[in-house]
Amino acid sequence: MLTCREVIEFLMNYAEGNVTPEERVRFEEHLAVCPACVNYLNTYRTTVRLGQQAFKPLPTDADESSVPEDLVRAILDARRK
Amino acid sequence: MSDLQVTPNTHADDAAYLAALRSGDDTAYELLVRQHGARLIAVARRLLQNDEDARDAVQDAFLSAFKSLHQFDGQCSLSTWLHRISVNSALMKLRSRKRRPEQNIDDLLPQFVADGHAAEPATAWDQTADSLAEQRELRKVVRENIERLPELYRTVLLLRDIEELSTDETARLLGVTLTAVNTRLHRARQALRTRLDAHFRGHEPC
Ligand SMILES: [Zn+2]
Repeated sequence: MLTCREVIEFLMNYAEGNVTPEERVRFEEHLAVCPACVNYLNTYRTTVRLGQQAFKPLPTDADESSVPEDLVRAILDARRK
Repeated sequence: MSDLQVTPNTHADDAAYLAALRSGDDTAYELLVRQHGARLIAVARRLLQNDEDARDAVQDAFLSAFKSLHQFDGQCSLSTWLHRISVNSALMKLRSRKRRPEQNIDDLLPQFVADGHAAEPATAWDQTADSLAEQRELRKVVRENIERLPELYRTVLLLRDIEELSTDETARLLGVTLTAVNTRLHRARQALRTRLDAHFRGHEPC
């Protein structure tokens, strides 16, 4: 049986499906009897998801698609030099 | 004057548009900056956490893109190509800067006792954020906690999870091995998890 330390150390590989079928079985044997590692796996996945969402503009947010005018000018002027 | 007809529908990957860029058409260049600038500033700002440096990085990125337009081979979209150049430009700026004092990542990684059990078994989160205000607040907390990660780890988390670069691309841009990218990404996510765990459970991490 894998220890919790081993499960947590290689969790990213498991969470992203980068494990062999044999490794997957060993992970799942552990998870079946260890609520702490199941909690860790779930909160790890939530962390990744929250990180990804945190920088995506909300649909209700104003469109921030304009570039500061002075920067546009600075870039275009620098190009002609 | 330019022959290029610029409409709101002018697509940056049109062959005609690319030809205009390559011929040095001023209007085409301006359109490129206006269409992609804001998104690229956001990318640079995430990596550099500083408006002034982000603007410099984006200016460098555009100038470097203008110079290498003839090398653009259409393997990816212009948008993706500019994104990669901007990430690279921001990383160069980041390397040239003095590192701030930062927390040791080990303090934010899970601890284990001798038999391999977690010193502090993980518990589930109640992270419901139903209202828009709650969602905004949670996003802010997550962003602030990512910003506070040690730079080595924060950078990999941003490149892999937020900018969605591949492990290969991240390793190449940072000049490190694939293993180093994976190790840093896992530690960065674990450290962020520790911080969010403290947030959801209402206490500060050690
Ligand atoms: Zn366990």
